[in-house]
Amino acid sequence: MKKKIGELSLQVIPFSELSDLGISERVKKVLSLVLDNKIAIIQGRLRAEEEARLIEDTMVLVDRVKNFKGIELAVIEPDMKGAGIFAKAKQAIANSLVGNNNALTVVGPASIIKEIKRNPKKIELMIK
Amino acid sequence: MLRILKSFAKRIFRSIFKKREHIKIGFYGPPNAGKTSIANKICKDWTGEEIGTISKIPHETRKVQFKERVEIEHKGKKLTFKIADTPGIATRIDYEDFLKYGLKKSVAKKRAKEATQGVIDAIKWLDDMDAIIAVLDASENPYSQVNITILGNIAARNIPVLVVANKIDLKNADVEQVKAAFPDYEVIGISAKEGTNFDELYESLFKLADKI
Repeated sequence: MKKKIGELSLQVIPFSELSDLGISERVKKVLSLVLDNKIAIIQGRLRAEEEARLIEDTMVLVDRVKNFKGIELAVIEPDMKGAGIFAKAKQAIANSLVGNNNALTVVGPASIIKEIKRNPKKIELMIK
Repeated sequence: MLRILKSFAKRIFRSIFKKREHIKIGFYGPPNAGKTSIANKICKDWTGEEIGTISKIPHETRKVQFKERVEIEHKGKKLTFKIADTPGIATRIDYEDFLKYGLKKSVAKKRAKEATQGVIDAIKWLDDMDAIIAVLDASENPYSQVNITILGNIAARNIPVLVVANKIDLKNADVEQVKAAFPDYEVIGISAKEGTNFDELYESLFKLADKI
């Protein structure tokens, strides 16, 4: 008997699609994909307050939407630990001007992603 | 962004115009890291009463709970704290996870509903804290996005923070890994269960109070 392989849908959101949106719209856009059972791969990372808002709005949806159990979230950033002061400063200035679009943010529904395991060197997406 | 700016302005205003009667210190972290166990030990040591109940089942604390006027004395100095023990911050809550602990379906569903509101409340109360103790489980991988989001939000609000790696009594606890994950923060390892390193915690708490 063949084992059925579930459908896994990834959607990449370029930085340009989010850069002009306010915090509510950004979070709404990400959560609408997740509610559609898609894994969103965002170019860049959300700001700290946007990540907090994402968690808050996720909790509201867990409470209101049947079978929605939440999200798994991870940010992959280039390792700047070994970089020189000039490179770090350049990155910090670029981040403050145009946002941190060097990173990748992965957000998916908890019903599909069991766990995102990460350590400094790798990131593993554990699918259910 | 507006919330953070408001919080920042409030903190500046408060520091200039208001005499501080007590320091509001919040315990933040993921579920089951031991926030209530640490807060209980501190409250019991200095007031004789605990702040909340603890359980192996995640999300035991589902409302922000306070202990007023906790006067701590350390090396001849006295400080009065208002301690806030907050619900664990999580990105997923599934009532079925609670069934594994033997809870009835209706009880598990109620717990999940209260837990979601608890997460929202914990984040909202962040703006009201003078200082934060971020409690992580030293036996778990520290690189979880929840830990990073919590610390990122504390930093964005410019709130002084101390990272406490709890459960160092466990065999697989690794405080050095927590330190490596968060090199920009002061990290201390403790065991709330065994009462280990609480002197160091009080020392760091007083240093934290100086940064407010």
